[in-house]
Amino acid sequence: MSNQGILVCGEIAEGKLAPITLELLGIGRKLANDLGQELNILLMGSGIGNLAQEAIAFGADKVHVADNALLQEYNSDAYTAVAAKLCQKISPDIVLLGQTDGGRDLAPRLAGRLGGGLAMDCLELSIDPSTKLLVQTRPVFGGNANARIVSKAARPQMATIRSKTMAPAVRDDSRKGQVIPVEDIDASTVKVKVLERVKEKTEGVKLEDAEVVVSGGRGIGNAQNFQVLRDLANLLNGAVGATRAACEEGWIPMTHQVGQTGKIVSPKLYIAVALSGAMQHIAGCSGSKCVIAVNKDGGANIFKIATYGIVGDYKEVIPALSQKLKELLGK
Amino acid sequence: MHIIVCVKQIPDPEVPPAKFKIDPDTKKVMPPPGLPPVISVFDERAVELACRIKEKNPGTKITAITMGPGKVSDVVKHALAMGADEGIVLQDKAFEDSDSFGNAHILAKAIQKIGSYDLILCGRQAADWDIGQTGSILAETLGIPVVTVAKDIEVAGDKIKVSRVMEDGYEVVEAPLPCVVTVSNEVGLPRLPSGMGIIQAARKQVPAWTAADIGADPAKIGPAAAHSEITSLFIPTRDTTCEVITADTLAEAAVKLALKLRETKVV
Ligand SMILES: Cc1cc2nc3c(=O)[nH]c(=O)nc-3n(C[C@H](O)[C@H](O)[C@H](O)COP(=O)(O)OP(=O)(O)OC[C@H]3O[C@@H](n4cnc5c(N)ncnc54)[C@H](O)[C@@H]3O)c2cc1C
Ligand SMILES: Nc1ncnc2c1ncn2[C@@H]1O[C@H](COP(=O)(O)O)[C@@H](O)[C@H]1O
Repeated sequence: MSNQGILVCGEIAEGKLAPITLELLGIGRKLANDLGQELNILLMGSGIGNLAQEAIAFGADKVHVADNALLQEYNSDAYTAVAAKLCQKISPDIVLLGQTDGGRDLAPRLAGRLGGGLAMDCLELSIDPSTKLLVQTRPVFGGNANARIVSKAARPQMATIRSKTMAPAVRDDSRKGQVIPVEDIDASTVKVKVLERVKEKTEGVKLEDAEVVVSGGRGIGNAQNFQVLRDLANLLNGAVGATRAACEEGWIPMTHQVGQTGKIVSPKLYIAVALSGAMQHIAGCSGSKCVIAVNKDGGANIFKIATYGIVGDYKEVIPALSQKLKELLGK
Repeated sequence: MHIIVCVKQIPDPEVPPAKFKIDPDTKKVMPPPGLPPVISVFDERAVELACRIKEKNPGTKITAITMGPGKVSDVVKHALAMGADEGIVLQDKAFEDSDSFGNAHILAKAIQKIGSYDLILCGRQAADWDIGQTGSILAETLGIPVVTVAKDIEVAGDKIKVSRVMEDGYEVVEAPLPCVVTVSNEVGLPRLPSGMGIIQAARKQVPAWTAADIGADPAKIGPAAAHSEITSLFIPTRDTTCEVITADTLAEAAVKLALKLRETKVV
């Protein structure tokens, strides 16, 4: 077999290795050890500086650095060209990316160009001890089922991993590794140009980082009623999420959507209010430590994943809950 | 301007989780009886977006294509009823159980047979297996650019401006034509077909093309050509049991819950 080694496509955010990169290095290191192969990482950006050393401390044996103004921010054409060229040069056995804005775009293009076998949004990755193939576990049918997938012959074996599902790499500054610059980035490959990036402001705590998330669904009824959830979230220093149904009603911006096609959150406490608990929604919050369900239908699926539940109208439950918590927290 | 929209027929993804059944032996999903298949949700948004482009750019033609076994012409008819002009079904025993690479090859061959096109729209992922690769592989196969997870497209001469959904907002990119764009649900709700649309769609002929018609390469389609395979399919189990809190009134139950959260130091 000619393909050798594991390649992680790292991501840089705000001048640091992004959290997903540490998760990729964590699982990448594990797979590399299981196979007795090297762990490579590709860092694309501009002004990467000491992040290559960082990647070594977090487990990489070889860091391929593509440092170019063209790569300052994610650009589909440029990133695909650089990653594909590196893959053709080093012929990795396995390529890992994050299921992020960038990774979700890059992975299938790269697979298309290289002809590998790709599974997106994986929850688990392991090496089959007898065949040495990469076994990829990913949700299908909106999270109603999971599938295990292998690529017998197509190389590289490729996967994107869902954020916060795999343990991040542990730092060890004594680790040694090699830094290899990636040369020749061909500007003519860039056909699609980014004209502008618009960040939508979110009030309060960022949904992905919040330790408490209060989410509302279609049962909330209208935009005004979301205030009850905002009050509870504010009290607990949390953020407000929503189902796709509530977002599509226009009650709250789409950036608040939690789920398979929205944000993945894993707070300490997830309060699910007037939402039925469709698997596509649960996909975004199943990593929460404690889930509270408030729904007037006791048969709603959300009770299947909840720790505590109250069956009834949220309009009676949530204000009373907020009031008592306020008292208990001395606020 | 000619827009080709790739639409897939899928089992209804909004089936209640309790009714969702699989056959672990064949690794297939068994839709509950009586629940008709639907157009994949993102593909319906792609048709919606195509219709909006047509409204703003008179002279635009929309062709909806689908590949699959059985009565998949229904999804093409749905697209026609929404406002597409023509439809094509790709159907052949040899197409069945292809993976994304096989599907992309079949779609690419059909699109090459159609000949002229400016814009190809796909869903960001099909809402059955949630694979999320076909649009990008199709673009790579045709050797044209791709823009993923779009929520809006504006045509400006021989270029388009696409708004792409990002985690914390969106970005606007400019792409040359022809290109592939994959569409996300942020496009907004799709239009309901009008009565007139339904009648016109019913009258339209939808040709069915086979592997031979499009010149599909037998070595690139079907299960034998698949780059990856499913080794098992299972419904994940959860070990949580929900403690339902009850009291005389809901407000009292809420108070009990608050005390419990404090006791267990959750808050
Ligand atoms: C491909 C695909 C991707 C998707 N991605 C996502 C995603 O990322 N995120 C997402 O959320 N959804 C997603 N969905 C949609 C998902 O399948 C569900 O349709 C959606 O989550 C349902 O939203 P809901 O629970 O708010 O609404 P419903 O299912 O309508 O539930 C409303 C609930 O509110 C309860 N209720 C009503 N009034 C009250 C009241 N006064 N007090 C208490 N309870 C009340 C009802 O009992 C009911 O259970 C996706 C779907 C598909 C097909
Ligand atoms: N059988 C098919 N017929 C037509 N279009 C398809 C088919 N399979 C996939 N597509 C298109 O490719 C998109 C992504 O599919 P997938 O990669 O399977 O998630 C879908 O939303 C469709 O636009």
